Amino acid sequence: MNLTNFRFETDADGIATLIWDMPGRSMNVITPEVMAELNQVIDHVVASEAIKGCVITSGKEAFSGGADLTMLQGLRDLYVGLAREKGEAAAMQTFFDESRKLSLLYRKLETCGKPFAAAIHGVCLGGAFELALACQYRVASDDASTRVGLPEIKVGLFPGAGGTQRVSRLMQTGDALQMMFKGEQIKALPARNSGLVHAAVPRDQMLQNAREWLKANPQAKAPWDDPKFKLPSNKVYSPAGMQIWPPANAIYRRETNDNYPAARAILSAVYEGLQLPIDLGLRVESRYFAKILRTKEAASMIRTLFVSMQELNKGARRPADVPASRLKKVGVVGAGFMGAGIAYVTAQAGLDVILIDRDIEAAEKGKAYSHKLVSDQIMKGRAKTADRDALLGRITASADYGDLKGCDLVIEAVFEDPKVKAEVIAKVEAVVGPRTIFGSNTSTLPITGLAEHSQRPKNFIGVHFFSPVEKMLLVEIIMAKKTGKKALAMALDFVRAIRKTPIVVNDTRGFYANRCVGNYIREGHLMLMEGVPPAMIEAAGKQAGMPVGPLSLNDEVAVDLAYKVLKATKAQLGENAVDPAQERLLTEMVETHGRLGRKNKKGFYDYPEAGPKRLWPGLAELTKNRLDPELIDMQDLKERLLVTQALEAARTYEEGVVTDPREADVGSIIGFGFAPYSGGTLSYIDNMGAAVFVKLCEKLARTHGERFKPNRQLKRMAKTGESYYGSAEKKAAA
Amino acid sequence: MADAFIYDHVRTPRGKGKADGSLHEVTAIELGTQVLRAIKDRNKLEPKLVEDVVFGCVDPVGEAGADIARTVALKAGYGKEVPGVQINRFCASGLDAVNLAAAQVMAGQKEMAIGGGVESMSRVGMGASGFGIAVDPSVAIDTYFMPQGVSADLIATKYGFSRDDVDAFAVRSHKKAAAAWAEGRFRNSVIPVTDVNGLILLDRDETIRPSTDMQALAALKASFVQMGEMGGFDAVATAAHPDVEFVNHVHHAGNSSGIVDGAAAVLVGSKKGGKAAGLRPRARIRAFATVGSDLALMLTGPVDVTELVLKKAGMTTGDIDLFELNEAFSSVVLRYQQAFDIDDAILNVNGGAIAMGHPLGATGAMILGTVLDELERTNKQTALVTLCVAAGMGVATIIERV
Repeated sequence: MNLTNFRFETDADGIATLIWDMPGRSMNVITPEVMAELNQVIDHVVASEAIKGCVITSGKEAFSGGADLTMLQGLRDLYVGLAREKGEAAAMQTFFDESRKLSLLYRKLETCGKPFAAAIHGVCLGGAFELALACQYRVASDDASTRVGLPEIKVGLFPGAGGTQRVSRLMQTGDALQMMFKGEQIKALPARNSGLVHAAVPRDQMLQNAREWLKANPQAKAPWDDPKFKLPSNKVYSPAGMQIWPPANAIYRRETNDNYPAARAILSAVYEGLQLPIDLGLRVESRYFAKILRTKEAASMIRTLFVSMQELNKGARRPADVPASRLKKVGVVGAGFMGAGIAYVTAQAGLDVILIDRDIEAAEKGKAYSHKLVSDQIMKGRAKTADRDALLGRITASADYGDLKGCDLVIEAVFEDPKVKAEVIAKVEAVVGPRTIFGSNTSTLPITGLAEHSQRPKNFIGVHFFSPVEKMLLVEIIMAKKTGKKALAMALDFVRAIRKTPIVVNDTRGFYANRCVGNYIREGHLMLMEGVPPAMIEAAGKQAGMPVGPLSLNDEVAVDLAYKVLKATKAQLGENAVDPAQERLLTEMVETHGRLGRKNKKGFYDYPEAGPKRLWPGLAELTKNRLDPELIDMQDLKERLLVTQALEAARTYEEGVVTDPREADVGSIIGFGFAPYSGGTLSYIDNMGAAVFVKLCEKLARTHGERFKPNRQLKRMAKTGESYYGSAEKKAAA
Repeated sequence: MADAFIYDHVRTPRGKGKADGSLHEVTAIELGTQVLRAIKDRNKLEPKLVEDVVFGCVDPVGEAGADIARTVALKAGYGKEVPGVQINRFCASGLDAVNLAAAQVMAGQKEMAIGGGVESMSRVGMGASGFGIAVDPSVAIDTYFMPQGVSADLIATKYGFSRDDVDAFAVRSHKKAAAAWAEGRFRNSVIPVTDVNGLILLDRDETIRPSTDMQALAALKASFVQMGEMGGFDAVATAAHPDVEFVNHVHHAGNSSGIVDGAAAVLVGSKKGGKAAGLRPRARIRAFATVGSDLALMLTGPVDVTELVLKKAGMTTGDIDLFELNEAFSSVVLRYQQAFDIDDAILNVNGGAIAMGHPLGATGAMILGTVLDELERTNKQTALVTLCVAAGMGVATIIERV
C-alpha cells in the first residue's frame, strides 16, 4: 500500500490499526486522496489472511472534522462544467455517481467481510462520523473534547454518506431526525446512551477496547445486515409511525418555514429509506444528496457560514504589516448591560478587565453580571466553581479612572450622548498611555464625530457589539476618518481573542448592521400603518427567514429607541429623511400610549405574567386602514422585508461603508439573522442576479414607495451582468 | 340525460365505535350485508336489477379490504351477476357512492344501482389503511397537513367562534337527535342490527346524550392543545393562515363527531329502472358537485361546494328548504351557517354526527336519507346535503321530492 494520509500497522493477533494522520494539517479531513487510500486499505485488509479486523483511529488530537467542503464545491463546479459540455442529463449522471462515491466506499467497508472498529478521540463530525457509523464497532474516549455528530445541516447540506440511513437505524426515528436537524455535537456518554457509539472509555484504553472487540467478533456484521433486524421505531406505516411522521413534518415547517431544502431532504431520505433495505436506502439518500448539493442554499451557506466566516476569523481584514498585539489588559467604561457583557467575554478570554462606572456600586453590579453568567454555566454542568473564581478574579470593578493605566485597549459603553461620551474620552485619555487604543461601543453615533473629542484620533475606533454580548457572534469594527492601522489591528486581535467574528466597516450613521435592521423594522411599521394585520407582518418576517418578526424585534430593542433615532435623524437630516407614517406610529406608541417595548412589558406586544406574549389589540386603532387578509399577497410582504435590507446593504456597499461582500453576508447573518439560507444580504442579490433584483426593487418602488428605488451601482450591475462576488474576485485577482 | 331517482334508503343504527360498543362484535362485512339485505327485502327487489353496488369505505383494509362492496353484495344474496366497487373520498365517501351510482344512471349506462357505505371504526380503526398525505414529507409539508381537530380549531379561530359557541352547538345537536328519536322520525330508515339468530344487537343510535349541557361540556379539556403545540401543527396552521396569530383550541370529544360503527345504502335508479322493479321514486337527484378547497382549513369545502352545486342547479340558498351538513366538528357547521346566513331551523334539524356519530364511509349516505325523510315528514321540496372532507375537499348533492 502506498499511504501518505494514514499509517497502517498490524499486531501479532492480526488486528490492524489504521492511523489517520494527514501531513501538514492540524485536522484530518476527507479528500479524494483520503478516499483512494481508504479504498486501498479495505482491499488490503480483505486480501490479507493474517488480518482479522481493523481499528481506525486518528494520529491527531481530534478524529476528524469531516469532508472538505471545498471538495464538495468542486463537485458542483464539475456538474456545471459537464452540463455545458455534454448536456444536463449526462452531467447529472456523472455528478450523481461522483457524489455517492463516499457513501459506496463506506458501504464497501461495512460489507467487506472483515470487521472494522472506530476509536474516536476529540471531534468526529460529519463525513468522519459517517465513517465511524459504517464500522461495526465504535468506541469513544470519555474525554471532554470528544464529540460526535452530523452538523452538515448548518451549512445547508445533510449527511450524504450513509448518515441518514444508519442513524435512523440506530436510534428512535424522532431522536435521529432531531439529531440531524439540530446538527448537534454529542459528548461520549450521551452518544453511548443513545446507541451512537458502543462504549465510552478513558482515552488510553480506547484502542485496546476496540482491538479486543475485533478479536471477539471476527464475523461481526452491522445490525441492519442481519436478516432479523428490526427498526427501532417499528415500520413507517404503523401506529408508531403515525405518531412520529405527521408531527415531524409539522415541526420541520415550524423550525425552518420550509426555507431549508437540506432539512426537508433529511426527512424524505429517512422516510423513504426506512421502507427499504439498507443498500437501497443509501441509494435514495444519495439521490437527495445530489439534489441538495446543487441547491443555491447549500452553495450560499457553505460560502458564507463556512468559508467566509473562517477567513474573517483568521484575520482577512487585518493589516498584515502590524505585528500581533500583546493584549493583556482591557478597560471597559460603563458597566451597564453592554459594558458588563463586554467585561464578561473579555475576562472569559483570559484577559484582565478594569470595569469602570460612576460609582463602585454600579461597577460591582456590572461585575455581578459575570458572576450570574458563569453560575448559569455551572448549573448546566458546563463550568466549574474554580472557573468562576478565576474569571471574576480577572475583573476589577472600580470607579477610579486611574485604574485604567496600563490598559492596551479601553472600550466605552456609556450612555449614547455625545457629551457624556466626550467626557469619558477625555477622562480616559488623561490616564492611559499614547499607545492605548480607544474603542467606542456606540451603536447610533457616527465614530468620526466622537473621534473629534479625542487627542489621538489615530487610536480611536468603533467596536460595536451586539446584544446580548455573550451570545452574539458579530463585532462591527468601525473605521473613523483618521483611524490608524494599529488601532484596526488591535481591535481585530481583540475580537479574535474573545472568539467572535469581526467585520470592518467605514463610518456612517448606523454603520452597516443597524442600517439594514432599521429598514426591516421600518418596513414592519409601514405595513402596520397600511392596514396589514399585525400577525401577518410578523409571520411574513419569520417566513422570509428572519429569526423574529419586525414588530417583535422592535419590542426587543425598544420602541422609544426607534423613536429617538427617528427624531435624531429628522433633526440632523431634515423632514424628508423620515417617513411620516412611521413617525406617526412611533409618536402614538411612545407618547400617547407609553408602549416602549419588552422593557416595560408594553410594546407592539403585551407581555402577560403568565403565558406567551400576544400582539397588543390596540394596534388596530393606530390606523384607519384595514386590508382584507385574504387579498394580501404574503410573497409581496416577504419580499419587502428582505429587499429593504438587501437594498440597504447594496447602498452601504456603493458608499464604501462595507467593502467586502463576505463581510456584508457574514455580518448580516450573525449580526441580525438575515435569512441564513440566502447566504446573506449580498448573496441574496447575487443569487437572483442584479437584473432581477433591480426589477424587483422597481416593482416595489412603484407599489410601495421611493424607498425601494435601486441605487446607481445596482442598476449598472444589472446592465453589465456583474455580481458582488464576481467583482470582488476580479478585484482580488488584479 | 336521464334523471336519477332515489327509491329507498336504509341505515343501521350507529354503535359506539369502541370495544364496549354494541356493534363491535359485528364484522364490517356483516354491517354492509344487513343494509343491502334490507333494501332487497323491503322493496321485494329482484337483485339482478341492481347493476352495480358502490360502497364508500375509508379504511378498506383487513376485513373491510379487497372490495368490500362486491363482498357484501355477494353475502347479501344479490347473486354473482351484481358487481360492486369500493370508493374512498374520506368522510364524503357515502355521498360520493350515491352520486356515482346516480351518475351512471344519468349517463344512461345503468338503470338501477346502489350507493352506500360502511365503516367499522371499532374493528378496523381510523387510519388503518395508512395516510401517505400526512406521513410522506414530500407531500405532507406542501399541503399543510394537520390533524382535522387542529384544522377545526383554526376555523373557529379564524372565523371567530368561541369555546361557548362550539359547545352550545353540540348541546343543540344532542337535543335535536334525542327529540328526533323520541318522535320516531328515524323509524322508517333505521334497521336493527341482528345476530345470526335474529336477536337484536342494536336498534338505536348509541351515543346520544340528551342530558348534556354547557356545564358538562365545559368540563372537557380541549383535545388538540398538545398536538398543536408539541406536534408543531399550530405553526403549520398559522403559516397557512398568517392573519391568525395563534390557534384557539376549542374542540374536544363533546363537540366533535363521534367515532361509531355503521352502514347505509341508497337505492338509485332511472324512471325505467324503477318501473321494472315496481317502485315509486321518492326524490330526484337534481345536482351534485365536488371541489378541492383550502388545505389548511381542510373542512371548509362545504362552503365552496355549496356555491358550486347551487350554480350547477341554477338555484340559490333561498331555494333550499333544508340543509344537511355533516357535523364533523362544531366549527365546520358554524362557519357554514355564517357563510350563507342559514337559520338553525332549517339546518340539521334532527341533529347530526356530534350526537349520533360519523361512521366515515357510510355517513354521506346516512344523512342523505335523513334529510329525505325530513322533507317527506314536513312536506317540503328541496334539500342540500354536504360533507367536509379530509385533504381539503367538499361534496354536495341537491335532491328534490317528486
